Amino acid sequence: MGDEIKTVRDATCTFCGCVCDDMVLTVDVQNKRITKAENACILGKAWFREHAIEERPFALIGGREATTEEGVEEAAQILARARFPIIYGLSDTTCEAQRVAVAIGDMIGGTVDTTTSVCHGPTGIAFQAGGESTASLGEIKNRADLVIFWGGNPAEAHPRLFTRYAVTPKGMHIPNGKKDRTIVLVDVRRTPSTPVADIFIQVKPRSDFEVLWALRALVKGRKVDPSVEQRTGVSLAVLEDLVARMKSCRYGAFLFGMGLTMNRGRHFNSGALLALATDLNEFTHFVAKPVRGHGNVTGADNVVSWQTGFPFGVNFSRGYPRFNPGEFTTVDTLTRGDADAAMIIASDPASNFPKAAIEHLKRIPVITLDPKATHTTQLARVAFTTATYGINVPGTVYRMDDVPITLRPAFDSPYPSDEEVLTAIRDRVRELLGGNRLPVGTRPAPAVATS
Amino acid sequence: MAQTMTLIGGRSSKQGTSLCAGKLGAEYIDLTSTVEMNVEDMARLGLHKDSRVRLRTPVGEAIVRCKGRETKDLPPGILFMAYGPLSSELMGGDTAASGMPISKNLDVEVEAVPDEGAS
Repeated sequence: MGDEIKTVRDATCTFCGCVCDDMVLTVDVQNKRITKAENACILGKAWFREHAIEERPFALIGGREATTEEGVEEAAQILARARFPIIYGLSDTTCEAQRVAVAIGDMIGGTVDTTTSVCHGPTGIAFQAGGESTASLGEIKNRADLVIFWGGNPAEAHPRLFTRYAVTPKGMHIPNGKKDRTIVLVDVRRTPSTPVADIFIQVKPRSDFEVLWALRALVKGRKVDPSVEQRTGVSLAVLEDLVARMKSCRYGAFLFGMGLTMNRGRHFNSGALLALATDLNEFTHFVAKPVRGHGNVTGADNVVSWQTGFPFGVNFSRGYPRFNPGEFTTVDTLTRGDADAAMIIASDPASNFPKAAIEHLKRIPVITLDPKATHTTQLARVAFTTATYGINVPGTVYRMDDVPITLRPAFDSPYPSDEEVLTAIRDRVRELLGGNRLPVGTRPAPAVATS
Repeated sequence: MAQTMTLIGGRSSKQGTSLCAGKLGAEYIDLTSTVEMNVEDMARLGLHKDSRVRLRTPVGEAIVRCKGRETKDLPPGILFMAYGPLSSELMGGDTAASGMPISKNLDVEVEAVPDEGAS
């Protein structure tokens, strides 16, 4: 350890959507590494420990080491030439970088999509159909006496959701913490989250929608046939008990995960749960929040929404934003072979997309911005090494409940931020195109003669 | 003989900590190359800890190592695997006009693969 040690208080962990902002970091300034992260969970400790400065090229072009400036030139040429370019990722970078990425998408007449489309994208679709009964995590901590986790495993994916917000903490109206709450967990299998629950309801795979719809019927006083148990694995008695608890609690909260969205039914599952929360507001106060994975995926939704009017899967090829999941979402544009270039920011689709989409990524020029080597950087034509947000880069991120939080970096990086690289690419693309690309089939407006 | 089971893709905390170290590292690759299976299913298929199995869907296949879970933790017929390059091999690209491919509750055919070097 070096001689110069500093402490960064109230630092923010950006590993997951909890975005815990009470970190106390001990920083070895000389060696540029974090040696201790107080208050961090197991995931946060690994996040801070493993993001020291690695010796990597500033950029790789076709596998050859290059400067950032050379990478910017190559990336700008690719984007300016492409006819159906896609910009994807964005959930592990700052809102400031996300904003520049959207500007590039607009300029090149491309498609901007975020990891939301393979996360809670279906929930975003459901929001548009039925709305959201929302709350901050602070409200849930201070008020919720019934918390229902559905289709998620926070103990492994969001460990401090339990200890900081929704299970054990004492709140203004929950003075005894967990003793004042009933915790229900609904899932298709037992996980490390299950022991936290007072009630565990194990549903058969592909049955979430049916269970939610039966609960809606019971909440409205309709009869449900006991055969629901054969279909869903959950007895009518268990459903009736849950309905009684939901209707009689003072403040109920659903916190739901990708067990609903990545499953058969997708946005119908999310929509059924959101509708159930709405129904319950006839009887008590009930909210429903999606539990978000990446550190600033919620920021990506917010930034893309305030810039384009839509949360993800936005296409600019006609010169104005259009939203159409299934057409402009990245798995689809890759699987169909539509995209002829891709810029991927802080994401690794080559390690988790469907095989057909990955195969197409291998066929087109790909630009990546990432602090680490990944499966996607390995197939990239241009791979930038960038600084890590939150650890090296300041800026703004959004917690999963849409609360913006300011980052307090621990030490500088020799590598540029995503925002800096994207800004340089944007400026060079603007030079190459002479402004925004005109949509195909349109011509510049003729000059009007004045008499 | 292959049996059809239901594969749930997901995340684990070990996967989360190992991806911070790097997705190209040995630990991450090992974690994403392992499928969890009910111990009774494993016994019926003649599998042991770290036995190799082939998972197959209509779009692709992957050979992974298996790890047993008790029935109270993982029901018979259900598999769990952390997302990674091998789970991608099994996923179809159809999103039903939603943008979301199905990665949970996939029907997969499961069959034992003789260990390399076995006669």
